[in-house]
Amino acid sequence: MSMINYASREINCKLVYYGPGLGGKTTNLEHVYNKVAPDRKGKMVSLATETERTLFFDFLPVDLGTIRGFKTRFHLYTVPGQVYYNASRKLILKGVDGVVFVADSQVERMEANIESMQNLYDNLAEYNYDLTKTPFVVQYNKRDLPNAAPIADLQEQLNPGWEVADPARQKPLPDPSHEGDFLIQQANGLWVERAPYFESVAMTGEGVFETLRHVAKLVLKTLS
Amino acid sequence: MTTGAGTWALGEGDYQRISQHLAELLREANARCAMLVDRTGQLLASVGESLAFDPTAFASLTAADFSANDQLAKMIGEPEFASLFHQGEKESMYLADVARRVILVVLFDDRTTVGLVRLRVKHAVGDLVQVLEEIFNRGAGDKGRAAGLLEGAEDEIDKLFSD
Repeated sequence: MSMINYASREINCKLVYYGPGLGGKTTNLEHVYNKVAPDRKGKMVSLATETERTLFFDFLPVDLGTIRGFKTRFHLYTVPGQVYYNASRKLILKGVDGVVFVADSQVERMEANIESMQNLYDNLAEYNYDLTKTPFVVQYNKRDLPNAAPIADLQEQLNPGWEVADPARQKPLPDPSHEGDFLIQQANGLWVERAPYFESVAMTGEGVFETLRHVAKLVLKTLS
Repeated sequence: MTTGAGTWALGEGDYQRISQHLAELLREANARCAMLVDRTGQLLASVGESLAFDPTAFASLTAADFSANDQLAKMIGEPEFASLFHQGEKESMYLADVARRVILVVLFDDRTTVGLVRLRVKHAVGDLVQVLEEIFNRGAGDKGRAAGLLEGAEDEIDKLFSD
């Protein structure tokens, strides 16, 4: 739910980083916080436990600058990934404009990724939001680890896609970020659309901004 | 299913009406500052003494505070807690729900009492509900106004979020 404030000439958009515990959501935000110029960011708020596990959320406002007289700001949130914090996780999704799903690429975390993705669908559905119509990207994090699952496996399990019902959109749409891949393609007689995906190593910042740029643009498109 | 929550817009006129109600509340309650924050954590309006803290962070925490308490209310069988009161040694704050979409936050100190603040907030909420219902019913209104404004935003995104 973006809010356009004509009085203070501001547009605010809410982006939420979702995913299993210890997957790198907070690390994504920390990298953004460390790299964005001081005059473009607000205070980073982290509601975490003493062991630095996110308890409620992390929050970072980033100013995109003034676009045609409107101060445009992205509010970046993470949710607590641990399963038992679902009540607070759901609260953060309220009014979300765009979602980044941060998956942990490690083979052993596949189950946790799937559970978290299902939980994202369920929680959004409770707000009557449809993820297939919401700006949404998937980030495969920890690509540097030796036990990282192949991208094809992750895509199959976490981003199998959804049916494209609109005949006007039933045509191949190449993925601009991955040569040879398609965001919309026909498979077994069905037209299927997948969320854009990105590979990352959030600890070093690799792929962090690429992911953010993409989802930010998708959000702005929904406003125009 | 909807495609996500609806976008809505706050116009100059709305803002002035809201600010007037907030200013009146401050005067009558002898409070320091009154803010209107939407449930997603965005600051809509602020009237009164200038704030020594980051208002954006404050607004996001306010929304989280209210949402968490909403869930607590449901757990004990209440539909909601329409208001919350946080008492400090010198500074206190009173939060009240407005039309289920927005939160009115009043900061006050020992120059007034929580009783007076509560009473005046109740009146102000009634006034604000009227203004906000009008805004929500209107939706984002003329979306085209925002559309043209966002041209060029992509370049800004590339510049800001670059490695």
